[in-house]
Amino acid sequence: MLEIRDLHVAYGEIPALKGISLSVATGEIVALLGNNGAGKTTTLKTLSGLLAPRSGEILLEGESVRGMPPHLIVRKGLAHVPEGRRVFNRLTVRENLEMGAYTRSDAAVSADLDRVLSLFPRLGERRAQVAGTLSGGEQQMLAIGRALMGSPRLLLLDEPSMGLAPVLVEQIFETVGSINRQGTTILLVGQNAALALDIAQRAYVLETGAVVLSGSAADLARNQDVRRAYLGEM
Amino acid sequence: MDFALLLEIFPQVLLDGVILGFMYALIALGYTMVYGVLEFINFAHSEIFVVGAFVGVEILLGLKNAGALDQLPPFLVLLLILVAGMAVSGLLAVVIERVAYRPLRGAPRLIPLISAIGVSFFLQDFVRLIESVWRNAFNLVYPGMEGLNRRLELTATVDVPVKALVVITASLLMLWALHLLVNRTKLGTAIRAVAEDQATASLMGINVNAMISLTFLIGGAMGGAAGVLFGVQYGLINPYTGFIPGLKAFTAAVLGGIGNIPGAMMGGLVLGLLEAFAASYLSLLTGGAFGAEYKDIFAFSVLILILIFRPRGLLGEVVRERA
Ligand SMILES: Nc1ncnc2c1ncn2[C@@H]1O[C@H](COP(=O)(O)OP(=O)(O)O)[C@@H](O)[C@H]1O
Ligand SMILES: [Mg+2]
Repeated sequence: MLEIRDLHVAYGEIPALKGISLSVATGEIVALLGNNGAGKTTTLKTLSGLLAPRSGEILLEGESVRGMPPHLIVRKGLAHVPEGRRVFNRLTVRENLEMGAYTRSDAAVSADLDRVLSLFPRLGERRAQVAGTLSGGEQQMLAIGRALMGSPRLLLLDEPSMGLAPVLVEQIFETVGSINRQGTTILLVGQNAALALDIAQRAYVLETGAVVLSGSAADLARNQDVRRAYLGEM
Repeated sequence: MDFALLLEIFPQVLLDGVILGFMYALIALGYTMVYGVLEFINFAHSEIFVVGAFVGVEILLGLKNAGALDQLPPFLVLLLILVAGMAVSGLLAVVIERVAYRPLRGAPRLIPLISAIGVSFFLQDFVRLIESVWRNAFNLVYPGMEGLNRRLELTATVDVPVKALVVITASLLMLWALHLLVNRTKLGTAIRAVAEDQATASLMGINVNAMISLTFLIGGAMGGAAGVLFGVQYGLINPYTGFIPGLKAFTAAVLGGIGNIPGAMMGGLVLGLLEAFAASYLSLLTGGAFGAEYKDIFAFSVLILILIFRPRGLLGEVVRERA
């Protein structure tokens, strides 16, 4: 589905990604872990075209999307739920969802709307409300729902649990699991490594712009270094 | 004070104010829509307005010289010059953005502003040059159209020129169409999404540059329509005519809350009404101490007062954002 080879990205002169390689197979949930500033967000932004890499290759279903503008990459079946949710505060919930389906005019849009509203019934209740007035958890649901409206084959999620109450975090992760079971491949950036490793099949660990560990989620969950660094154990 | 006279002229003053207000509202939309997506004041917008006025006058003079002006139904002629003025001004705005603003997108804020002022000067003198070569004159008068100049007498002191009704109707139709476009269509929603967050809008598959061009097209077309209506209503135009209405429309946009579309409409109307009432009533109410020439001072004093108490403008409000 997705393959990244030796990707280098810099902000001005300061390198943020120093040659990372990773892959995501169709149907998988892959977790991308790492401390603050490790380069997780930078990786997702480069994949969706918001940042241009210095060098390296990005293949989406075998086709290079490197250097393509974001609005064209979306049309290749990739959706990116950005860090901090970034819902359109001044648009209503319904309009936000419509924007998620911006590239589509097929008949399945309304079926996808039903699907999103059944995943997140709260959004249906608040359809006519301006998104800026939703709670943090509702905004996260809206951000994910909006991405699903594009009917993506690959979903990039950047810290969907950030700033949410623990109950909500679990609910969001459960939903991510069911989205995956319905056929969407997922690359999940997680702050909450325990939960991320719980639903992912494989994971990569980033440190200062490089992949330092990778493997099956089960192996990483048992790994002493990972437990110390990301699961809060001494 | 002559209360009877005050009351008597009230409908006429109201009408003048509404016409002026719609004119400001149409121009203000161009400022506010562009500000909404780029947070930038397009100082060349007053010249985009003037170009619309010149397109209108050129077509009318052309028809007149061909002897066709009085043969054609006036509403058809009016529709023709409106559409032509909107098309030329709209496309001009798109080209200006592409040539003079887009290359400066990443530059510090003052730079595109200076570029806009440069475009404004360029257009003024370009229109003057063209007209000087073509007609050997650059102060032009809209030829009167039979039928539009007829007056409908409502009462002894109030008569409504047909063209005033036309200007009001055309303005209302355009404001309504714009409202539908921006609030009821997918493209309009995309423009609002781009105005709020360009990066996230691009993640939805929205072509941000295309939406910015579309914004200039719409704002420019509204400005061009205002130019044509200005010519039809007031008659005399020259390449520098845009300065004062442009400044006032910009003020109207700020008054309504810059970036806010209903705000621009409302700000335009408020400013137009204030000005018309000041022009007619100041001298009556102050026993001649302040004449009509104080209308701008009065109108702008009220504006300053409003902005002191509502710094974000009448409709400009911050959307509450929760973490
Ligand atoms: N807009 C930016 N300008 C300059 N440096 C940035 C910018 N965004 C991120 N960085 C830097 O790039 C590195 C990676 O950041 P980021 O990808 O946001 O990390 P993460 O998402 O893993 O917390 C950090 O050192 C960060 O300071
Ligand atoms: Mg991050």
